[in-house]
Amino acid sequence: MTIKSEPFVVNIGPQHPSTHGVFRLRLTLDGEKIIDADMVMGYLHRSMEKLAEERTYTQNIPFTDRTDYLSAMTGNLAYVMAVEKLMKVEVPERALWLRTIMAELQRIASHAMAVGIFANDCGAWQTPVMHMFRDREKILDLFEMACGARLTLNYMRIGGVSKDIPAEWMPQARRLLAELPDRFAEYEDLLLNNEIIIARSRGIGTLTPEQATAYSVSGPMLRASGVAWDVRKADPYGAYDKVDFDIAVGTNGDVYDRFVVRLAEMRQSLRILLQALDMIPAGPVHARLGTATVQPWGQAVAPLAYRPPVGEAYARIESPRGELGYYIVSDGGPAPFRFHIRSPSFINLTPLKLMSVGMTVADAIVILGSVDIVVGEVDR
Amino acid sequence: MPARTKTLSGLDIAHRIEQQFPGAVEEAVPEFAAIVPEKLIEVLTHLRDDDELNFKFLSSLTAVDRLEWFEVAYHLESFKLNQTTAVKVRSYDRENPKVPSVVGVWQGAHLQEREAYDLMGIYFEGHPDMRRLFLWDGFQGFPLRKDFLNMPGGLMPGLERFPGEAGIELSGRGTQ
Repeated sequence: MTIKSEPFVVNIGPQHPSTHGVFRLRLTLDGEKIIDADMVMGYLHRSMEKLAEERTYTQNIPFTDRTDYLSAMTGNLAYVMAVEKLMKVEVPERALWLRTIMAELQRIASHAMAVGIFANDCGAWQTPVMHMFRDREKILDLFEMACGARLTLNYMRIGGVSKDIPAEWMPQARRLLAELPDRFAEYEDLLLNNEIIIARSRGIGTLTPEQATAYSVSGPMLRASGVAWDVRKADPYGAYDKVDFDIAVGTNGDVYDRFVVRLAEMRQSLRILLQALDMIPAGPVHARLGTATVQPWGQAVAPLAYRPPVGEAYARIESPRGELGYYIVSDGGPAPFRFHIRSPSFINLTPLKLMSVGMTVADAIVILGSVDIVVGEVDR
Repeated sequence: MPARTKTLSGLDIAHRIEQQFPGAVEEAVPEFAAIVPEKLIEVLTHLRDDDELNFKFLSSLTAVDRLEWFEVAYHLESFKLNQTTAVKVRSYDRENPKVPSVVGVWQGAHLQEREAYDLMGIYFEGHPDMRRLFLWDGFQGFPLRKDFLNMPGGLMPGLERFPGEAGIELSGRGTQ
């Protein structure tokens, strides 16, 4: 007797804890095995690229917070760098260092979430996330001291940063950095050799270096495949050319390596921060750009609107999720003619089908977790 | 790997392309080189495979509405030589703009071309799965076009069909 079987479609999401937001994965299954994977996205599509065409260059900065809301600093940074490239602005030294410090703190906070949620996907329900939240909260406190916000920061400005850090910021940051090595050791101890995590993630969702490059994968996913490419090293922006750090590289390109690379990058960020807090110079934090008018609340540091010359600029940085690029076309007006975000979460999803076909449903969850998507950035 | 990224200017890259493929460059300015659509695939394959160019990584693919024409911008990177460049291709047909798909050159273009089709309405010929991505099937028009709000009938919001639902043609052109 033969048992008749037929393909079966399972929808994961749009409302499902493992999709990290509103994202839908349509899996076609043969028994437990995945034979096709289709992504349905757009549930969080806010058409930022269209909205940005009707707002001034400065008014667009808050949009960049709301793309990758777990890493608002890097979103701000990539955007203002693109506009500065267009306007050929020299940014003061202290502002460059502040940007570097904030971006690295943000990387630790974002990777902490990525690692914690990944452990969640593997079945370690909520405990690792709560451990990670403990550190992330302290970093968010530092952001709150610097700019008043915790998540949607709006800290970077075209030509610098919105304001200098207060006097009590440095001691608090140093206290946090002194605590972190013990915490990281604890996480590595708990998670790195965890039998369940290894069983769930070794050899799953493998990408070879050639595949990763051809599929435009970037960030920890690319490095886990063994490609030592990091925009911070390759094209140093901010103050990355003045600090020492190593690129964390994996060997197998599987889900486990992506997780290991993220943990290793948290250590490297800590290394950068320890150097940066000692090396940051004093000075202004905003370039003088045009004539700033007197506003009801006092003398403004920057003009209300910029009119960059006609042209286009593409700036890219290493965000916690990969290569974050902003492509801005100017027609000489006060608002961008075209505003495009090259978002790493979105493009890193391209090989999802390649990684999941042939695997089981349980593997699809950890594969999606290892991509570390933020749906705000996928849909924009 | 050189210490800092070198940006090959549009003039430089256009000169190199012209040597190999005469007549392939439509316009060259310092920011980018525009390539004629007929030779796009062979030129981009050359940019990817040539040892001195080695652009194995498609960093970004996006579309711009320039009012007189549509253009697709490709930002390329080489990891080995640490260099970047930008090339473009144009379509002067405002009704049904079409350019060749580069999925055969870089698989990384797959979702990005679908995004450009969804929001700008540029049809990529040869793409294996050319359908809407963020917006639902049956959505009227293409929002990133500059004339989107002036289209016949004006703005028509509202969820007509659930994404991917059966019984609707997946052309993305809707019912207009």
